Amino acid sequence: MGCDARAVAAAVRAAAAVVTAHRDELVRLDQAIGDGDHGENLKRGFGFVVQALDESTPDTPGAVLKLVATTLISKVGGAAGPLYGTAFLRAATAVGDATELTPELVAKALRAALEGVVARGKAEVGDKTMVDALAPAAEVGSLAAAATAAERGAESTIPLVARKGRASYLGERAIGHQDPGARSTALVLRAFAEAAS
Amino acid sequence: MKKILNDPAAVVAQSLLGLAAAHPDLLRVTTDPAVVSRADGPRPGKVAVVSGGGSGHEPLHGGFVGPGMLDAACPGAVFTSPTPDQIQAAVSRVDGGAGVLLLVKNYTGDVLNFETAAELLAADGVDVRTVLIDDDVAVRDSLYTAGRRGVGATVLVEKVVGAAAEAGADLATCERVARAAVAGARSMGIALTAPTVPHVGEPSFTLADDEMEVGIGIHGEPGRRRERLTDADGVVAALLEPVLADLPFAAGDEVLLFTNSMGGTPLLELYLAHGIAEQSLVDKGITVTRRLVGPYVTSLEMQGMSLTLLRLDDELTRLWDAPVRTAALRWGA
Ligand SMILES: Nc1ncnc2c1ncn2[C@@H]1O[C@H](COP(=O)(O)OP(=O)(O)O)[C@@H](O)[C@H]1O
Ligand SMILES: [Mg+2]
Repeated sequence: MGCDARAVAAAVRAAAAVVTAHRDELVRLDQAIGDGDHGENLKRGFGFVVQALDESTPDTPGAVLKLVATTLISKVGGAAGPLYGTAFLRAATAVGDATELTPELVAKALRAALEGVVARGKAEVGDKTMVDALAPAAEVGSLAAAATAAERGAESTIPLVARKGRASYLGERAIGHQDPGARSTALVLRAFAEAAS
Repeated sequence: MKKILNDPAAVVAQSLLGLAAAHPDLLRVTTDPAVVSRADGPRPGKVAVVSGGGSGHEPLHGGFVGPGMLDAACPGAVFTSPTPDQIQAAVSRVDGGAGVLLLVKNYTGDVLNFETAAELLAADGVDVRTVLIDDDVAVRDSLYTAGRRGVGATVLVEKVVGAAAEAGADLATCERVARAAVAGARSMGIALTAPTVPHVGEPSFTLADDEMEVGIGIHGEPGRRRERLTDADGVVAALLEPVLADLPFAAGDEVLLFTNSMGGTPLLELYLAHGIAEQSLVDKGITVTRRLVGPYVTSLEMQGMSLTLLRLDDELTRLWDAPVRTAALRWGA
């Protein structure tokens, strides 16, 4: 199966469905160490993404990713809006106007997404953010391996004290809770991996 | 959850329509994108002062739009910062050509969205500056946190900067006034109960009857620590001591004391606490020359309060006293 614009759009729809199905879980994670809106933010944002894809599916993978980015930036708000938006925007730029995504392009897109999130949010691995899921995912070759790495990375946030975002206000009280943004990043990558397989 | 509500997803938009209906002479409101702006804007040649943030803190920010305070506010979803599009729309509605000052509470989401908007506005040739408000002493300002949060001082900063802009100050002056007010303001809050976000449907955290959450923010996020609830003297001391120690405020200072309800604490209790705070400042040789008491920076229906102190000089006092006409603050105009 080729990974053309339609396949990428289908993967994005699959991610939207997963985020929506896990909305309550993400809300609960964010209630524990943040303000409880992460699941709702992503559900709302990806809902608008699906709407935008229904209206018109762009004709390259890069253009699909760019549509996802601009929709998330303009509709989500919060920390997740600009961070997820930047990730998709950098991924879109990285794949350029290729009509099919190769494994090399996917790996390049993941690295670019990570660089974008780090440039905007200035978080490092270990700060208990989505970077803890995205950074290990950007180091491996395939989407399936990236999803697994992201899941491990998200779990690795549980014992950490947060140094970025709202959870950093809690000090030691953040220990024992998984970071919601890291969890959602793992969910989205797993959805992409399954759609691609 | 018991709330006066139709659809949780429409709560912000429907509330904004009510705000517009209540103040037709003062406000222009749109819901897509959500923007509250001065009915008489834009004012050519006047610096536009724009703020915004998540909803659920009413009357912040929409209730402070009007002559002598904000030109526009962009309310996000409940407890979620607005988006860059919204911020750009707010600015375009009130930009009078003399520059735009964005007043932003220091939270990652707000900072990132306002930063993106400011980049886009600058690319369009708008002279835009941003001042971050970060007065909450419950959060250590260090490399290990996102920095102190913006809480009670927001209303004070919006008031003095709005007064400066209304009087014709240029953008650099407005920015300087904002930075001076931020530099001289410190706050701390406690909660007795948690707020319930409409789209979540249950309280953000739970507290036993004899517990209080100390060092809370305004988004239902847990505080720094949980303690046994004390009497009012103890609560006021728990708030005032870290505030005084942080700046630090000292004997001989003249201050504005802002005693704020988080939404659910009645004025009966709030005035009681305010009286205690005033007396304890007198005891420390600090002179309270201006005050504000009421629910101005709230967290939905949360019971609790915060204290904010702003060190005043002649300029800030004059700007505080200047006329203001908004939904929530009105004097002299
Ligand atoms: N500076 C940052 N860099 C990277 N990720 C961050 C940063 N700040 C917050 N995050 C991520 O954002 C998530 C919270 O998103 P969300 O709840 O939607 O926004 P908000 O914090 O504004 O309520 C966190 O769980 C974390 O993974
Ligand atoms: Mg959140």
